[in-house]
Amino acid sequence: MVHRVSGIALAAFLPLHFWTLASALHGSLAWTEQPLVKLGEWLVVVALAAHLGGGLRVLALEFLPWRDWQKSLAAAAAALALGVGLALALAL
Amino acid sequence: MSYRTQAALWLAQRASAAVLAACVAVHLFTIVYAVRGGLSASEILERTRGSVAWFAFYSVFVLAVTVHVPIGLRAVCIEWLRWRGRSCDFALLLFAAFLAWAGMRAVVAVFA
Repeated sequence: MVHRVSGIALAAFLPLHFWTLASALHGSLAWTEQPLVKLGEWLVVVALAAHLGGGLRVLALEFLPWRDWQKSLAAAAAALALGVGLALALAL
Repeated sequence: MSYRTQAALWLAQRASAAVLAACVAVHLFTIVYAVRGGLSASEILERTRGSVAWFAFYSVFVLAVTVHVPIGLRAVCIEWLRWRGRSCDFALLLFAAFLAWAGMRAVVAVFA
């Protein structure tokens, strides 16, 4: 469910992201300083990390000869490590 | 849709996922590294313009997204919206074309 919802959110975000990169970079980026935009950015990064973790889990389940619980743990560990790393880096 | 086509879509989804896993990891760490201490539009463009390697990297990223997103949305359309068949596939094909166009337009704007 997390994988699917984060995937839909990312698919909805992509057109906006592409438009901003192609157009807004050549104008003002002052609007990105608004708290709501900051929250949106944070949510997108978390959704991307969550979708990555979930996707790695699916790939491991389907292609690696492991037991199911091992794959879930491995994906959870990878997602947690990535999340902590990102949170720390953003806080710096 | 034939079983053969469905198998091809499944394989394309997994292959693009593997490419995207690497792309997203690089993308996330690049974002986090680049935004430390704040970032302006001119600073972004100063760093990115004329970089052949990043142009190639993000072109591959856009291509993988173009394959991956519509196939994922197709599953959502079928399972959650009960929308299937030619109209659904055609709409997703249009969305894929839009992603490729908008994505490459962004890559050219930032890196070319």
